Amino acid sequence: MSQIPTDLKYTETHEWVRIDDEGVATVGITDHAQGLLGDVVYIELPEIDSEINSEDEIGVVESVKAAADVYSPLGGTVVEINEALAGAPQLINTDPYGEGWLFRIQVDDEDELKELLDADHYAETVAAEEH
Amino acid sequence: MPFIPHTEKDIKEMLAAIGTDSIRNLFDEIPANLLAKELKNIPHGMSEMDLGRLLQTLADQNKNGLNFIGAGAYEHHIPAAVWDITSRGEFLTAYTPYQAEASQGTLQLLYEYQTMIASLCGMEVANASLYDGATALAEAVLMAARSNKNSKSHRVLMPMTVHPAYRAVVKAIAGTQNIELIELPYCTEGGHILPASLQRFADQDITALIIPQPNFFGVLEEVDALTDWAKKKNALVIAVVNPMSLALLKEPGQWGESGADIVCGEGQPLGVPLASGGPYFGFLCCKQEFVRQMPGRIVGRTVDLDGKEGFALTLQAREQHIRRAKATSNICTNQGLLVTAATIYMSLLGPEGLKRVAAMCHENTQLLVEKLTKVAGVELVFNRPYFHEAVLRFTKPVQAVLKELAHAGIQGGYALADDYPELGETLLVCATETKTAEDLDAYQKHLKECHCEERSDVEALSI
Repeated sequence: MSQIPTDLKYTETHEWVRIDDEGVATVGITDHAQGLLGDVVYIELPEIDSEINSEDEIGVVESVKAAADVYSPLGGTVVEINEALAGAPQLINTDPYGEGWLFRIQVDDEDELKELLDADHYAETVAAEEH
Repeated sequence: MPFIPHTEKDIKEMLAAIGTDSIRNLFDEIPANLLAKELKNIPHGMSEMDLGRLLQTLADQNKNGLNFIGAGAYEHHIPAAVWDITSRGEFLTAYTPYQAEASQGTLQLLYEYQTMIASLCGMEVANASLYDGATALAEAVLMAARSNKNSKSHRVLMPMTVHPAYRAVVKAIAGTQNIELIELPYCTEGGHILPASLQRFADQDITALIIPQPNFFGVLEEVDALTDWAKKKNALVIAVVNPMSLALLKEPGQWGESGADIVCGEGQPLGVPLASGGPYFGFLCCKQEFVRQMPGRIVGRTVDLDGKEGFALTLQAREQHIRRAKATSNICTNQGLLVTAATIYMSLLGPEGLKRVAAMCHENTQLLVEKLTKVAGVELVFNRPYFHEAVLRFTKPVQAVLKELAHAGIQGGYALADDYPELGETLLVCATETKTAEDLDAYQKHLKECHCEERSDVEALSI
């Protein structure tokens, strides 16, 4: 059973979001997603300062068996990317909710958060997929 | 596992198991009006003997003669060993032989091929081949648009000196995928792209520049200046090259200060016979930094659990069997058998042998141009250096000249008027290492005869 921390928000495409007091959202892929992908070998991240809309394809996580698109859960401006992943893509496997984060965005409209799933609903999505 | 067809008994048992009595019933759901009945335009089968005779009769209508046509496909001597080895059952009958545990020999061969072609191009990586030179160029253009993060415009400069058929294929494949292809005119004196003419794009965002070498006219482009111009603009450089020429010319990896980024071309000159336009094979190489955007199969060398060397497909995560519609390409495959021939051809000749063949091609074409331009009414069109093809202009209509030459058993060249009407009565000629001094003399002699006749016609008219 994969971990689904209760303090995060989720998308149906298996991204997680953690938002801080200044409206900066950290985004990564879930434990469930990294488990399905297997050993991650390469990551493509958006460019800093790029403006993105929610549901835009803004990156790729490539494992030994598949390359999966990463969709932005929220609209805003990319303010930081996880440079450590270039040299250590396996962080996504070992610590998907911590050191394996992908990028941070300054969110345009925090109301968009309401559209995202909470841990329970995400757990239902995962359970439905497994059937 | 051998292929064993179903016996009558197998079929009866299977039909009984699903509760029906004929295979035809399985297609019941297709509406009767959609079923093709007898195919009226398809003749009935023939016996092997009759078919053999028919095909021989048809083949006898070919009048091959002495071939001086190049234009993208080149007649070279292929040592007998090349196809003797390529035709071995282990190479010939293996289909999509990528299962690592069963296909080490084929995978190793593809790996050797990749190493050879990458080294010929001066690039870090190569894939295991594509359909042909034209699709390889289209894939290179798509790859450049995906790879160049500095450019959002997806505008690609494509010189008119690129093979006309390649340009048509690039337009058909890449032109429909949000890529704007901008044609570059050529210098009418040199038959090449003038680097200075690119200045009009100085303020524009350009994603990539295609550089053909040699170009379709056989002319050598100013590759260093063009590459450096593109690099300054953050545009990627796509080289489309004749692999045979690389035995003599600077490899694209060494062009300018930083080299080409992607190199592609037609592999036919390396051991593949001329055969009504194909099958041939395309090659695609690039710098390591772009490898994840490279379509097609890539074979890698690795070690097994016991530490022994082995070969396996690698970097497959973006291929069509995994990424479907989002794959790097959905039309690519590798031309394994032709690549096998090319690998054996390159192994037999070695770098020295390739260099000798390329040098002989160049020398023969120079001799041919020298001889033909001695004929009154024939002149060399471009003043730049060329590899093994050159453009000649005639005072007499080219089609009439070609027809007369064909009567004498000479395929005189490729007429350029359809693709380049502005060049007038011009012919692209090529003399590879397969042509002897006598062959060149024969061409000159028959051309003289064509032109002498013409002059007497003119005199007759003017009286």
